[in-house]
Amino acid sequence: MKYLTTGNEACGEGAIRAGCRFYAGYPITPQNELTAYMSRRMEEENGIFIQAESELAAISMVFGASVAGRRAMTSSSSPGISLKQEGISYIAGAELPAVIVNVMRGGPGLGNIAASQADYFQATKGGGHGDYHMIVLVPADVQEMFDFTYEAFALADKYLNPVMVLADGMLGQMMEPLEFDDNIKPSGEVAKPWALTGSGGKRGASVKSLFLGSGEKSLEAHNEELQKKYNKIKKDVTQVELYMTDDAEKCIVAYGLMSRVARSCVDALRKKGEKIGLIRPRTVWPFPSGQIKAIAGRGVKFLVAEMSAGQMVEDVRLAVLDDDRVSFYGRMGGGIPTEEEITKKVRKI
Amino acid sequence: MAKEYTRPVSMKDVRTHYCSGCGHGIVHRIICEVIDELGVKDRTVAVAPVGCAVLAYDYWDFDTTEAAHGRTPAVATGIKRVLPDRLVFTYQGDGDLAAIGTAEIIHAGNRGENISVIFVNNGVYGMTGGQMAPTTILGQTTATSQYTRRPEKEGYPIKIMEMMAVLPGVTYLERTTVTSPKEILTTKKAIERSFRTQIDNKGFSMVEILSPCPTYWGMSPSAAMKRIRNEVTKTYPLGLIKG
Repeated sequence: MKYLTTGNEACGEGAIRAGCRFYAGYPITPQNELTAYMSRRMEEENGIFIQAESELAAISMVFGASVAGRRAMTSSSSPGISLKQEGISYIAGAELPAVIVNVMRGGPGLGNIAASQADYFQATKGGGHGDYHMIVLVPADVQEMFDFTYEAFALADKYLNPVMVLADGMLGQMMEPLEFDDNIKPSGEVAKPWALTGSGGKRGASVKSLFLGSGEKSLEAHNEELQKKYNKIKKDVTQVELYMTDDAEKCIVAYGLMSRVARSCVDALRKKGEKIGLIRPRTVWPFPSGQIKAIAGRGVKFLVAEMSAGQMVEDVRLAVLDDDRVSFYGRMGGGIPTEEEITKKVRKI
Repeated sequence: MAKEYTRPVSMKDVRTHYCSGCGHGIVHRIICEVIDELGVKDRTVAVAPVGCAVLAYDYWDFDTTEAAHGRTPAVATGIKRVLPDRLVFTYQGDGDLAAIGTAEIIHAGNRGENISVIFVNNGVYGMTGGQMAPTTILGQTTATSQYTRRPEKEGYPIKIMEMMAVLPGVTYLERTTVTSPKEILTTKKAIERSFRTQIDNKGFSMVEILSPCPTYWGMSPSAAMKRIRNEVTKTYPLGLIKG
C-alpha cells in the first residue's frame, strides 16, 4: 500500500513492522509524532508503550525489555539523546540489541527545534563512556525512515548491539509517500538464549556490563571481543550510495536531508556537462571509508556538505588523506545549506 | 539428627565480598530463603544496583541483571512489562534509590509497577568509600560530611518510604532491620509479603531494611547493630508504613 505520512510516523510503523513491541519515550520536539504514534500503535499490536519520567529512565526501560528478549526502541531529539548516552553505553557494554532514533535539532544546549546534523560526532564516535560503537543508519527521506528503522532491528539482533537511526527535524516532520507491503513480516529474528526470563531449571544467568568479579573474563578481554565485533560490522554493514561518481572529477559527500540538496546540485551541474557526483553514506558508523578512498585514488576532489560546523568531514579527510582535496561547506544552528550555496562552493574547488 | 538450617538453593556456594558485619549478606540470604519457599527460583529476574550489591549476580542463583546507577526500577519496569508472570525485584542501596534514582523509584511507584523493591539503607555510599548519602542521619560523620551532617549545610535525611506512601499506585511499604534474629524474621516476612503482593498482581511494594555498615560507620559489627537500634530508628521508625 501507498501512504502519505510524516517521517516520524514512518519510523514508528517501520518499528512496528519489524516486530518492535516495546517503546519507551519522553516528549521532545521535533520527534513528538513518533511517540504519539507509538502510543496508539503499541496498544493495537498488544505491545508495550511507556511514557517514561525521563530519557534516562526510557533508555533503561529499553535495556530491561531487551534483557527480557523483546525487540525494543526509544526515540528522542538531541538534548534527550544526550541523556540517553548513559543507557546506550550500558546497552553496548552488556551487548544487548536496541534501537534508538535521534531526530536531530539545533544545538548546543537547548538550541532550537530546527533540523540539524550536529550530533554526528556523538552518534558515530561513542557518545557515552567507554570504547563502543553504535551502528548508525542515516535515512534521507520518509521511505527510508521506514526502511532503515525496519532494518535496524535485524541488525541490532544480529550483532547484539545498539543501532541508531539518525535523522533530523525536517525528515521527522515532512510528509512524503511511503510504500510497503502490508503483509511484511519482521526480518532477522533470532533465538535469544541469553535473555533473562527466569532460569527455568538451569543455573541463574546474568546480563551485565560489569567485569570485576573473580573467575570471569577480564574487562580487557571483553573489550577485545567488542572490537572484533565492530571490525566485523565494518566489513559487513557499511552502506553507501554512489551517484554519478564513475567519471566524476568532483564529488559532494552528504548524508540524510543534506544529500537531497546535494543531489539536486549534481543533477543541475550534470546538465551543464560538469562531471560531478554524489557520495551518500547510508551508514555513518561504520563509515564508507574504503569506497571514498577508492574514489580519492582517481584524483577526485571532495566537497563535504553538512548541517553542522563540519563533523563528517573529519571522516572524509581520514579516508582521503589529502586535506587539499577535501573542502567543507556547512551551516549551523538549524540552517540548511541551499542548492545555490553548495553549487557555488563546489565550483570553486 | 535432621539438618534444619542449610544454604538456600537459590544462594550460590561462594564467599561474598562484603565486609564483616555488613547487612547485605543477611538480606541476600533471606531473599533466597523466601524465593526457595515460594518456589519461584526458576521464574525470578532480579535487578542489581550500582553500589556494594552490584555483584549480587555472583551470589544469587537466579537470573539477575544490573542497571545504571539509580535506573534500577526503570530496568525492572522494562522486564516486568515484557514478562508479567515472572517475579521481578530490584535490590537497591540508599545512594542508588534515594539520590540518583529518586525519579525512577517515585515514578515506578506512581505507575503502580507490579514489582518488588528491596531497599537496603545503611546511610552511606559504601562502594565508593563511605560518603554522605541522602539518608545519612543528622550528626553523622562521613567522608564527605566531615563536620557531621548539619541541616543548614547538608540538609536533612530523606524519608523515601514516607514520600512513597502518598502515591496511590503504591500498595505495600514496610521498614524493618536486621539487628536481631527477631528483626531478621520480621524482614523475611516483609520480603515474603512484598513478593506475594507482586505474585497476586497487587502492584508496587517496597521493603526498606535498615542495615549496618561497620566499615564506614567506624565501629564494630555489634556496635553498628546497637547504633541502628538506638539512633537510626529514631529517624527511620520501624514498622508497616502502608498496606
